[in-house]
Amino acid sequence: MRGDHSEHSFVRTAIGHPAFVTGFVLSALFVALALISFVWTPFDPTRLAISNKLQSPSPQHWLGTDHFGRDMLSMIMVGARVSIAVAFVAVGIGMIIGVPLGLYAAARRGSLIDEIIMRGNDLVFAFPSLLLAIMITAVFGPGAVNAIIAIGIFNIPVFARLARGAALSLWTRDFILAARVAGKGRTRISAEHILPNIANLLIVQGTIQFSLAILAEAALAYVGLGAQPPLPSWGRMLADAQTLISLAPHMALIPGFAIIITVLGLNLMGDGLRDLFDPKLRRGRG
Amino acid sequence: MTAYLLRRFISLSLSLVAASLVIFLVMEAVPGDPASFMMGINADPAAVAALREQLGLNEPLPLRYLGWVAGLLQGDFGVSYTYRVPVSELIAERVMISLPLTLYALALSTLIAFPAGILAAARRNSATDLSVMGATQLGVAIPNFWFAMILVLVFAINLRWFSAGGFPGWDAGILAAMKSLTLPAIALALPQASILARVMRSSLIDTLDEDFMRTARAKGLSRSQALRRHALRNALIPVLTIIGLQFSFLLAGGIIIENVFYLPGLGRLVFQAITQRDLIVVRSVVILLVFAVIVVTFLVDLAYAAADPRLRRRR
Repeated sequence: MRGDHSEHSFVRTAIGHPAFVTGFVLSALFVALALISFVWTPFDPTRLAISNKLQSPSPQHWLGTDHFGRDMLSMIMVGARVSIAVAFVAVGIGMIIGVPLGLYAAARRGSLIDEIIMRGNDLVFAFPSLLLAIMITAVFGPGAVNAIIAIGIFNIPVFARLARGAALSLWTRDFILAARVAGKGRTRISAEHILPNIANLLIVQGTIQFSLAILAEAALAYVGLGAQPPLPSWGRMLADAQTLISLAPHMALIPGFAIIITVLGLNLMGDGLRDLFDPKLRRGRG
Repeated sequence: MTAYLLRRFISLSLSLVAASLVIFLVMEAVPGDPASFMMGINADPAAVAALREQLGLNEPLPLRYLGWVAGLLQGDFGVSYTYRVPVSELIAERVMISLPLTLYALALSTLIAFPAGILAAARRNSATDLSVMGATQLGVAIPNFWFAMILVLVFAINLRWFSAGGFPGWDAGILAAMKSLTLPAIALALPQASILARVMRSSLIDTLDEDFMRTARAKGLSRSQALRRHALRNALIPVLTIIGLQFSFLLAGGIIIENVFYLPGLGRLVFQAITQRDLIVVRSVVILLVFAVIVVTFLVDLAYAAADPRLRRRR
C-alpha cells in the first residue's frame, strides 16, 4: 500500500537490493546510450565506407564495422534509441488503453460490458503475439510505427486483465466501501482509490512487458518487418550478420549482447521492484 | 461436469467464430488487388476482371466470409493465388515440418525444465538454486533467433555436427530429418525451458510450504520421498498451464526460427505468401495456428477440470 514507508527509506532499501541495482544499471546504460546518440555518435551510423568493412573491434572502431564499413558502436547506439522508443510507446499503448478497460470492467463486474471486454481480451490472447504482429505488418506494411501498433495491441489485454483482477479484490475492501458511502461514483473511485493502489503492480508488469517488447521488436526487425533502412535496428543488424557469421562473428555477437543485456537488465529490475513493493513475495517466486 | 463441458464448448465455438471473423476482416483490409497482382503489371484489364470473377472476389463481403468458413469446415481452404494448387495441400506438406518441430521443442523444453526446476526447489537458496535461476534469467533474455545463429556458428560451421539449414524430407529417414530439426528445436526450446523451470520451481516451493507436506514428513517420509509422492503432483497444475501456453509460443516462434534454418515449414510459407500477396495462404495459415492455440487452451482447461473438481465450479 502507499505510504507504508517514506520515499527515502524506499530508495535505501532499493540500493540494498542487488538484483534491482544490477538491473537498473544495465537498463540505464542503454537508455543513456540511446540518449547520447541524439547528440553524438562516434561515427555517422549510416555512412558507408566499404574499404573499412568487416573490421574487428579496434581502438578506432570499438565494436568493429559491418559489411558496409559502418561503425557498429554508432549503430548500436542509434539502434538502442529505436528499440527503446518502440518498446516504450508499445507498452504505453497497452497501459493507456488496457488499464482503463480493466478498471471499467472491474467497476461493472458481471455486466455485459465486463463480459465483452474480457472475451475481447481472450480473443487477442488467442493470437500468438508474433503472429499478430506479422499479420498487422503484412497488412499495413513494414515499419517502426506498425511494429509499435502490433506490439501495443498485444499489450492491451495484458494490462486490462491485470488491472481488472487487482481492482476486483480492492472493490471488496472497506476503504472503497467508505468512499461509496461518501457518495463517490464508480469512475471517481476507480481513478482516486483503485488506480493508486494498483500502480505498483502496473509498474512491475510494465517493466516485464518492456523487455518482451524489445525482444518482439528485434524479432520483427530481424524478419524485415520492423524499422526500415537506413535507420539502424538491432534486429536487422542480426539479419545482416547471418550470412557473414563465420566471416565476421562480431557482427552477430554485438547486437545480440545488446539485446540480451537490455532485456536482462529490465527483467532483473522488474523482479527487484516486485520484491521491493511487496516484501511478502520475497520468498522466492519464479 | 456435463454442464461445465457444454459451457466450455460454447465458449470455444464463439472464440473460433470471432477469430475467423477478425482474420477475415483484417485480410480484407490489405491494400492491393490479388487478381492484378497475379496477372502482373501489363495484364489486360478484361483478363484481370475475369480472374476476379473466377476467384469470387466480386461477391459481397458477408457471402465471401460464409463461403470461406463453409470451405474451412470441409477442409477446403481455397486455391493459392500464386502456386495454383489447393492451399490445404500446401499446408499439409508444411505442417509435416512445423508440427514435429514444435513437439520436439516442447519435449526438449519439458525435459530440461523439470529436472532444473525440481532441483532448484529442492535445494532452495543453495548455490545450485542460484545457478539454475541465473541461467533461466539469461535464457529468457536471449532472443531465440540469435541463439539459433550462434548454434549454427558453433555446431554447424565450426564443429560440423549438424547442417546449417534446410530439410532433407522425411523420405531421407526419420533420423536424418530429426537431425536437421535438432538445432531449430534447441533454439526454440531455450527461452521456454527457462520460463517453465521458473514456474516449476516456484510452484513446487509453494507446495512444499503446505501443511500436508509437513504431515508427510511427520509420518516418516524422507524429503525426497515426500517430494516425489506428494509435492510434485500438486505442483503440476500451474506447470501444465504453462506447457499448454508454450505450445502456441513455440508454434508461432517457429515462424522466425524456420527462417533462420531455411526450413520449409508453415513459417516460411507465411512469409513467402506475404511478399507474394498470396492472401488466401496467409489467411489459412493464420487461422490454422489460431485454431490450434484455442483448441489446445480448451484441452488444457478440460484436463484441469478432470484433475481438480474445484475448478469446475469456479468458472
